[in-house]
Amino acid sequence: MTAIGRSRALSTGILPRVLRKPLGVVSGVVLLVIVLAVIAAPLIAPADPLAQSLRDVRQGPSAAHLLGTDSLGRDVLSRLLYGGQESLAGVVEAVLAMLVIAVPLGVVAGYLGGIVDRIVLRVVDVLLSIPGTIITLAVLAIFNNSMLVAMISVGVLASGAFIRVFRSVVLGVRQELYIGAARVSGVDEPRIVLRHVLPQLRGVLLVQITLFAAATLGIQTGLAFLAFGPPPPAPTWGGMVAEAASLIQIDPWLLVPTGGIIAVTTLALCLLGDAVRDANQERFTFAGSAARRSPAAARAVERPAAPEPSGRSAAGALLAVRGLRVGFGERGAETVVVDGVDLEVEPGEVVGLVGESGSGKTVTALSLLGLLGANGRIVDGSIRFDGQELVGLSNAKLREVRGAGIAMISQEPMVSLDPSFRVGSQIAEAASAHRRLGRRSARERVDELLRAVRLDPSVARKYPHEISGGMAQRVAIAIALAGEPRLLIADEPTTALDVTVQAEILDLLRGIQQRTGMAIVLVSHDWGVIADLCSRAVVMYAGQVVESAPVRATFAEPRHPYTLALLRSNPHDAVPGEPLPTIGGVVPSPAQWPVGCRFAARCAFATDACRQAPIPMVDVGDGRMSRCIRVDALREAVA
Amino acid sequence: MTEQPQEPLLSVTGLAVDYGTGRRRARVVEGVDLAIPPGRTLGLVGESGSGKSTIGKAVLGLVPIAAGSVVFEGRDVARLSGRERRALGARRQVVFQDPYSSLDPTKTIGYTLAEPCVNRPAGERMTRQQIADRMGSLLGRVGLGPDAAHRYPAQFSGGQRQRIAIARSLMLSPRLVVCDEPVSALDLSVQAEVLNLLAEVQRDLGLSLLFISHDLTVVRHISHEIVVLRGGRVVERGPAERVYEYPEDPYTQSLLASAPVPDPDEQQLRRDARRALAEQEG
Ligand SMILES: Nc1ncnc2c1ncn2[C@@H]1O[C@H](COP(=O)(O)OP(=O)(O)OP(=O)(O)O)[C@@H](O)[C@H]1O
Ligand SMILES: Nc1ncnc2c1ncn2[C@@H]1O[C@H](COP(=O)(O)OP(=O)(O)O)[C@@H](O)[C@H]1O
Ligand code: SF4
Ligand SMILES: [Mg+2]
Ligand SMILES: [Mg+2]
Repeated sequence: MTAIGRSRALSTGILPRVLRKPLGVVSGVVLLVIVLAVIAAPLIAPADPLAQSLRDVRQGPSAAHLLGTDSLGRDVLSRLLYGGQESLAGVVEAVLAMLVIAVPLGVVAGYLGGIVDRIVLRVVDVLLSIPGTIITLAVLAIFNNSMLVAMISVGVLASGAFIRVFRSVVLGVRQELYIGAARVSGVDEPRIVLRHVLPQLRGVLLVQITLFAAATLGIQTGLAFLAFGPPPPAPTWGGMVAEAASLIQIDPWLLVPTGGIIAVTTLALCLLGDAVRDANQERFTFAGSAARRSPAAARAVERPAAPEPSGRSAAGALLAVRGLRVGFGERGAETVVVDGVDLEVEPGEVVGLVGESGSGKTVTALSLLGLLGANGRIVDGSIRFDGQELVGLSNAKLREVRGAGIAMISQEPMVSLDPSFRVGSQIAEAASAHRRLGRRSARERVDELLRAVRLDPSVARKYPHEISGGMAQRVAIAIALAGEPRLLIADEPTTALDVTVQAEILDLLRGIQQRTGMAIVLVSHDWGVIADLCSRAVVMYAGQVVESAPVRATFAEPRHPYTLALLRSNPHDAVPGEPLPTIGGVVPSPAQWPVGCRFAARCAFATDACRQAPIPMVDVGDGRMSRCIRVDALREAVA
Repeated sequence: MTEQPQEPLLSVTGLAVDYGTGRRRARVVEGVDLAIPPGRTLGLVGESGSGKSTIGKAVLGLVPIAAGSVVFEGRDVARLSGRERRALGARRQVVFQDPYSSLDPTKTIGYTLAEPCVNRPAGERMTRQQIADRMGSLLGRVGLGPDAAHRYPAQFSGGQRQRIAIARSLMLSPRLVVCDEPVSALDLSVQAEVLNLLAEVQRDLGLSLLFISHDLTVVRHISHEIVVLRGGRVVERGPAERVYEYPEDPYTQSLLASAPVPDPDEQQLRRDARRALAEQEG
């Protein structure tokens, strides 16, 4: 097996990624030009910045003076170039001072923790409580108007906030398991910091440096504006703005180049910071890589029409999904990840949705609720709930359906709870969204719902962080039950929980289902969970349903090679000491779906015919459907 | 699986571990005894928070020991000097649960695999060529091509990352590998592949494994002996088959009854059994 095919050469370099962003390139080039020009001022400046010429005072731009002249007839461009040296040097001094203090302290505090961390945090508190402006002004007074000392003190005083930023990054990295693995391997601590911790800091560091540079440029020019730093006639950016401001009535032009250079430099720094941040975030992810090409979308025409599943009346169904296709990415060029799913749920039925990760279970579940997010949409197909078509419904209408008709619980209950509100108020909110409740009856309803999920009513007063994962899932179920839904969609509701807690949650769901007659769509990759709760199993592979059958039949005699292989890889029925049967290979990613059977590359029964054309879903008797043309061969093999 | 166990490679006696300091100090593991003979697998099961990972970390020297001893290859790990302990890294390795955080995203697979080797004491240092050879053969062994060395973790799936983590743990030819829930985050099909790989390298290399999991079925499949943990203490131990088929302790029984099985009828029976157990306990 080789690495997943869609992988492309992944550069860790932040620079190439910044350069791929238009804003990053533009702001980077602008900054580079300004910095180089300022450094090279003695070489390229057209005139002496101090040379006065009373014959041409306050001129506009001309061939002789590209940016005009000031009130003493000095060349503005030359003065800007020379003046920039002081400003940019000030920025560099402040940034260096900040880095020298903040990086070591932040890294040490985050990495070592404990007493060192506490001491550093105390220092940070002190730094943050010092009134920066006053100290800087005092420093200027004491050190004889020295801009160097002033900018260093700006850097030192600002380092408090940056220590915190760097510390929290390192704190996160320290928890990573690869640090533990390196330590077990005998790699010593300084090397771990150098090789594993600092590289993670690099992106954040670049972002913070650009943003801080923009801020210090403001401080430096502000001080110069207030006539600190080198006295006239020496040019400074701030001083030139001050002069221009005093002449604004007579010569408005002068403010344009002087204020402009500061604005442009600041803007370029901020935009570059943004570009670096984005580049850093996408560095180690595959964001957008799969969404580019869409052969699946192009193939849509060849798709055989879905037959009506026989033996099951679509008319009586609570939920009837037909030919559901869901895509992500730009409109018209979507990557289709769910491709023609049919699904039916009778009132009170519990249907299990099984398949390996990436097969489209979650996307299917989310699209039933219209919760696909900004870049996902239903491309084709129909979802009828209780006779009402949901595809194309407005958001407001969908919200109504979500409240009362369909509810959902997810794999990460903690994430769905708001950490800043008590559990009780979150349940009450869900309950009153469904029907108007007074304060008194809301409290009663909350108690009732908590009891329904076997929690003590006192839990209502707790915050989410005060309860365990199992309790959080119960609370999530209580919230879902608040609207008395007729269909509950549960996406891997117990995957993050312990076996013991899982068993309790499954019991709870079964109890509620039997009492209220609510239907459930249970998404899971655990056959045991499916066996425990479901009456029918729907197996998904690569965005399609490949088998649908009553749950006992699925386990006893699977009618699709994928179902069979997936069942066999379960260690429950394996002989200890012998290798477990495996499927081999990986689920193809949506961009790589083949034309023929999507399971063919991993299928033990595959023949050439399987690879020729899309495989239709066919009725294989006893209310069962399978997307395989070699069901007979499979039947013989299993028998 | 009946041969007489030899002198244990790892023996843990009366192990206790505390977390926190001062008034917030809490004992999370207490009085745990374990022994793993060479070439055998010990399975450690228990619910979340029962102290499984903590014991694994204590064996690896990643958390301080409050009481008791960890004896590896006949020597008390706590009494070793820093250098001796680092040298021990070669013979005692780890595979963690989370395939996404166990590899440094900023480093190529090649760097990650070579790292344990370049940092050895003088006597055991390997040449560049030796490292490259070993890397190539181990990548092949875990079912990846040699070109994997030039790629970054983001380019691999969860199962492939666990294979890489296993390859890393084998770079220095360890005697003991601690596997902390190495398959819990994986799909069933991928889980089977990784379990097979672990069993295979164990057999071929004569490794000892400390296999930590909350899933008794998985532990039964791969372990020779099982230790059941509850609240930081051992509640039951014995040969894997015996513990799985005839659990004696009520906690082990309820743990087993809680794990859902892929058979609707058997699952119904288990559910009834669990309800009976719960009623018994009051
Ligand atoms: N760094 C820590 N500081 C304080 N307490 C901790 C720390 N790590 C773990 N604990 C606590 O120690 C106990 C045992 O934790 P441990 O991680 O060993 O459990 P586990 O059996 O591995 O659980 P899981 O199945 O969830 O991984 C738990 O109560 C846990 O909250
Ligand atoms: N927000 C998204 N943007 C782009 N692709 C997505 C998004 N969410 C899921 N996908 C893709 O859709 C496919 C199905 O994902 P999912 O439904 O989450 O799988 P499952 O729940 O079966 O593990 C995968 O290939 C996944 O990468
Ligand atoms: S259609 Fe062919 S390749 Fe696909 S599952 Fe059936 S036998 Fe296997
Ligand atoms: Mg999912
Ligand atoms: Mg653990």
